[in-house]
Amino acid sequence: MVTDPLPGLVGFAAALRHAGLAVTTDRVAAFLTALDELDVTSRTATYWAGRLTLCSDPDDLARYDMAFPAWFGPDRSPRGTPVRDQRRPPPSRLASLTSGEDGDESDGPDGPDEPRLRVSASAREVLRHRDLGELSPAEREHLRALLALLRVGLPTRASRRRHPTRRGPADPERTLRAALRNHGELRELRHTGPSRRPRRVALLIDVSGSMAPYADTLVRFAHVLVRRGAGAVEVFTIGTRLTRITRELRHRDPELALAAAGRAIPDWSGGTRLGDVLGAFVERWGRRGVARRAVVVVFSDGWERGEPDELAVQMSRLRRLAHRVIWVNPHAGKEGYAPVQGGIVAVLPYLDQLLAGHSLATLERLVEAMTR
Amino acid sequence: MTGSTTSGRPGSPAELAVRLRATGYLPDDGLATAAFLALRMDRPLFCEGEPGTGKTALAQAMAQVLDAPLIRLQCHEGIDASQALYDWDFPRQLLHLRALEAAAGASAEKLDADVVEASLYDPRFLIARPVLKALQTSPSVLLVDEVDRADDEFEAFLLEVLTEHAVSIPEVGEIRAKTPPLVVLTSNRTRDVHDALKRRCLYLWLDHPDLTREIAILRSRLPGVPERLAGQVAAAVRRMRELELLKPPGVAESLDWARALQLLGADELDVASAAASLGAVLKYREDADRVRAQLDTLLI
Repeated sequence: MVTDPLPGLVGFAAALRHAGLAVTTDRVAAFLTALDELDVTSRTATYWAGRLTLCSDPDDLARYDMAFPAWFGPDRSPRGTPVRDQRRPPPSRLASLTSGEDGDESDGPDGPDEPRLRVSASAREVLRHRDLGELSPAEREHLRALLALLRVGLPTRASRRRHPTRRGPADPERTLRAALRNHGELRELRHTGPSRRPRRVALLIDVSGSMAPYADTLVRFAHVLVRRGAGAVEVFTIGTRLTRITRELRHRDPELALAAAGRAIPDWSGGTRLGDVLGAFVERWGRRGVARRAVVVVFSDGWERGEPDELAVQMSRLRRLAHRVIWVNPHAGKEGYAPVQGGIVAVLPYLDQLLAGHSLATLERLVEAMTR
Repeated sequence: MTGSTTSGRPGSPAELAVRLRATGYLPDDGLATAAFLALRMDRPLFCEGEPGTGKTALAQAMAQVLDAPLIRLQCHEGIDASQALYDWDFPRQLLHLRALEAAAGASAEKLDADVVEASLYDPRFLIARPVLKALQTSPSVLLVDEVDRADDEFEAFLLEVLTEHAVSIPEVGEIRAKTPPLVVLTSNRTRDVHDALKRRCLYLWLDHPDLTREIAILRSRLPGVPERLAGQVAAAVRRMRELELLKPPGVAESLDWARALQLLGADELDVASAAASLGAVLKYREDADRVRAQLDTLLI
């Protein structure tokens, strides 16, 4: 039956690409080389050759494990190490929808809506303070343009790396190197000083039903930060589950990035289990480093369906890891707001700052607060 | 404790698995395949997984299998080429210069500046850091530990060295490995390592071993531990991992625990000995409190 296995194998790689894996041509080549070294007719060998060469992230493994039996038929023998990732597999619509435009390294065309910017300054000023949840479609369009122009200075921290400076402590190595250039004669002292690096930023955006009017704009805001952040910004959505959308948001074109993020998020406008999901964040990402010494910003209205106690426990863990924890509540800017929701009351003791986030102006204030 | 290591490259994943087992490292199918492919395809092996699942131990075991030295590069923030690759020994160069001057002064001979300068960049003044050392030593195993702690610029630099298996030093020329070293990279996922680096590697996700394999690991690493105790420790650790602790214990912790119990003279795991030695497995007060409260159910 099997005459030439090549089309089948390349087809498998294509199927994986459709399932959302970043399968590039050189990876496929590596897959085939690996199989060349192993036994092509063995199911286990094929499984491992593909898993080792075509996957590059624990998130990929669950998808791979789903795609493999789908392509090669169901397994009839016990398999080796199962992945201890206990998240549910990505929804099937992710696999069917992610088609052509998954190359996240390709530079999409930059499409700025220039005509929209020719709006009078006062209109812009009004828009800056409008509630994001109550915008008309035209205003929403204009706001997108304004978001793209947002001036973002991201937070920094002291680095261990030292840089050449004009004054400061002596730098023996560079001094000596300079001396060698003069055949061993010391001419001048070189100096070194501390430098700064971008501080990690983690954005957690609540996409549950009560946040629905704001979610779109907040994800766009996150996109701006990810693009400027040069790898220091991580974005997650929280609802009934935790979804990392940093990869999707790396795309340069905001529309494509948003579309990709939308496909990745399985729980738009669902409920919230803030405590559990924050726990999952701390467990799976925060402790590993994403939240360590980072500025963590949670966008949520604090409507919690689960236990507020659990939320408090997880916030205290987050507090101990993070440099600053900022909570942004779109409803906090409204008149007569008082932090009385169960969730907000539970987290208040662990916050560095509680900010409003209902308008562009307040988001600008958030950017300032992050760098402080 | 090691079996006789027949050096030379293994012919199949199964053969490599047998040889890894002889060193006391117990691989499963995927791991043996990964290590085998890494050797055959001359590709670095990129290992990720929970702490304590044997990423570093894999490199050590591979070094034993290949009968090659293990050269370790521990990454940290701000690591640069002079710490990873090579550096010139400035003080010795300076001394050499002074010695030349003194000798020339005594014999009243005129020194040629070019000759003097060339003599300064002699390989004997070169300090080989881990990567260069791994290229000069064939065969060798290069362990690049916790690559996620280094900066992105360093990744790009590693990429160049790992694909070329060569380094060019301006004053000396190119240094190329006779046989490329086996490179094992480990990451704890504190940040995403760049795709370009991952793409050139084989990606291996290491998981906690299943119960029988963990017992086997305990038995082979600690031959003095009775079988019953090893079984109890492995089972208890397994249950702890299901408790959603702050820091679930890895294999390294169960090894520590079994060793601690052995030193305490315990033949089996009971509530008293477990409570006394809990510090060997659990490293957070909250975890220890939780487990202590339900010790009797954990030690069925």
